[in-house]
Amino acid sequence: MKLLVAVKRVIDFNVKPRVKADGSGVDLANVKMSMNPFDEIAVEEAIRLKEKGVATEIVAVSIGPAKATETLRTALAMGADRAILIQTDDELEPLAVAKLLAKVTEEEEPSLVILGKQAIDDDSNQTGQMLAALLGWPQGTFASKVEVSGDKVEVTREVDGGLETVKLNAPAVVTTDLRLNEPRYASLPNIMKAKSKPLAQKTPADYGVDTTPRLTVVKVVEPSKRQAGVKVASVDELVGKLKALGVVA
Amino acid sequence: MKTLVLVEHEGGKVKDATLAAVTAASKLGEVHLLVAGQGVGAVAEAAAKIAGIGKVHVADDAAYGHNLAENVAPLVAALMEGHDAFLAPATTTGKNVAPRVAALLDVMQISEILSVEGDDTFTRPIYAGNAIATVKSSDAKKVITVRGTAFEKASAEGGSGTIENVSSTGDKGLSSFVGAELSKSERPELTSAKIIVSGGRAFGSSEQFHALLDPLADKLKAGVGASRAAVDAGYAPNDYQVGQTGKIVAPEVYIAIGISGAIQHLAGMKDSKVIVAINKDEDAPIFQVADVGLVGDLFKIVPELTGKL
Ligand SMILES: Cc1cc2nc3c(=O)[nH]c(=O)nc-3n(C[C@H](O)[C@H](O)[C@H](O)COP(=O)(O)OP(=O)(O)OC[C@H]3O[C@@H](n4cnc5c(N)ncnc54)[C@H](O)[C@@H]3O)c2cc1C
Ligand SMILES: Nc1ncnc2c1ncn2[C@@H]1O[C@H](COP(=O)(O)O)[C@@H](O)[C@H]1O
Repeated sequence: MKLLVAVKRVIDFNVKPRVKADGSGVDLANVKMSMNPFDEIAVEEAIRLKEKGVATEIVAVSIGPAKATETLRTALAMGADRAILIQTDDELEPLAVAKLLAKVTEEEEPSLVILGKQAIDDDSNQTGQMLAALLGWPQGTFASKVEVSGDKVEVTREVDGGLETVKLNAPAVVTTDLRLNEPRYASLPNIMKAKSKPLAQKTPADYGVDTTPRLTVVKVVEPSKRQAGVKVASVDELVGKLKALGVVA
Repeated sequence: MKTLVLVEHEGGKVKDATLAAVTAASKLGEVHLLVAGQGVGAVAEAAAKIAGIGKVHVADDAAYGHNLAENVAPLVAALMEGHDAFLAPATTTGKNVAPRVAALLDVMQISEILSVEGDDTFTRPIYAGNAIATVKSSDAKKVITVRGTAFEKASAEGGSGTIENVSSTGDKGLSSFVGAELSKSERPELTSAKIIVSGGRAFGSSEQFHALLDPLADKLKAGVGASRAAVDAGYAPNDYQVGQTGKIVAPEVYIAIGISGAIQHLAGMKDSKVIVAINKDEDAPIFQVADVGLVGDLFKIVPELTGKL
């Protein structure tokens, strides 16, 4: 079985984002960029399925600037077999990304496409669900466990009330949640090896997808800031504060 | 404008998150509701009482019994022929279904809106809430998820909607429900709790997490939350996680104990009215947003606090 994983290059999760003074967006100049953390979990899950003998080949796809090559090399160093970069300097919306991924899926015919549940920059949480809709495939979103047996994929999902398990008929789309696995670090030899793994370069035009944005960003501002309050020195003082706030009688 | 709001329900009751979505929808125009599920007569009756709503479309069918997006999304897409905007609460159910609807309609969804600025303009958080974007949609129909903490809840009483049955779009045969392991708790749900006590990695074990936090929560009649680190370590189940990628909460009082205050955690609680932090590190970032801070060892402070309340 072939697996497709979608990996996005985003601001590193340890960096505090700064809004540009002109209100046009978030300043990404000279900011550390990394693979979206949920996508690392997606790549890891694919590798584990391959190690278990369920999957035979892992293809990683990224849509983004030339620098997204680095993100794909990371996926290859972790254990993906080959990569596809759909290069564009435009910031594509989830709908356009899903349409491109649908085209790649039609070409590659994987049994499972694994994505992150959410990109930590746009916080959309849409692409996987959209891809599933476009393909007419089932979706196992926010996965904390994935089990493949034959053409059935059992996915345990993290939901507001706890956990829920659904059974999907493959081919299917899965999006990862935090507890699915702990991604591995690529070893130095594997980083070296990844340099010679195949990486195909494409453009959105190659797939004939209209990527015109549907949303215009009017402006981007900082949220209202909270002021640090007071420090109290003892539990008694804390109780006093809570009483003053009417939290306790 | 005619809007359609997805009613989220559980055990025959309309969930609170729906009421915030109704308020957001009412800023756009007429509000109609969709109740999808199996044996949802009582939910439909209750939904019809929500203040200010028009029709309640009811799709009662086994195919909708477990909110499978594969079955619910085509139902919504069909109903959207007669509506201009679809709004769902930004819950795990809404987030699962709405983007699937959006793609079926060839619409770019607007996720987790914080405000309605006009018929086609909304604000939404990006980058873990470190930036707020105002976006304008050019799609003819809108698909939106609504952040529950950003809108007042519509009144659950006083409305007189008319109930209309809609025919099922059937089971698409793509997926099936296997089972659920839902957390059982007598405590208030995080997204509607007035007070939340929340614990982090510092608790060290599940036993200590519960031995210390449960009595405090009992005293305060509070909901219990956790940081990602506490959930990852198994101190608390996943549905306790507060943050960018967990639950977004805004209680009257949020008490963060042994939580450092990473941006991903702050994203989920910084709109709380009052934030209290207990941490042994006086430089912990959580103190930058806390109204009241106490520096010290939680293993001493929490029992003392519980005792003195
Ligand atoms: C993609 C992604 C998504 C994420 N989503 C979320 C999310 O939704 N929610 C979330 O919470 N995190 C999230 N995180 C994780 C986040 O980055 C932090 O790692 C996490 O919030 C840290 O949890 P913590 O504060 O409990 O642990 P730590 O950062 O380890 O902090 C523990 C704190 O306890 C204090 N302490 C230790 N011992 C004591 C004691 N005896 N008494 C008092 N204080 C003590 C320490 O001073 C420290 O400040 C996410 C991360 C990523 C990469
Ligand atoms: N530009 C992109 N390139 C590759 N994958 C993407 C891209 N954008 C989104 N994705 C995938 O879709 C997931 C959800 O993203 P989003 O819907 O933007 O929150 C991510 O975790 C990725 O797996």
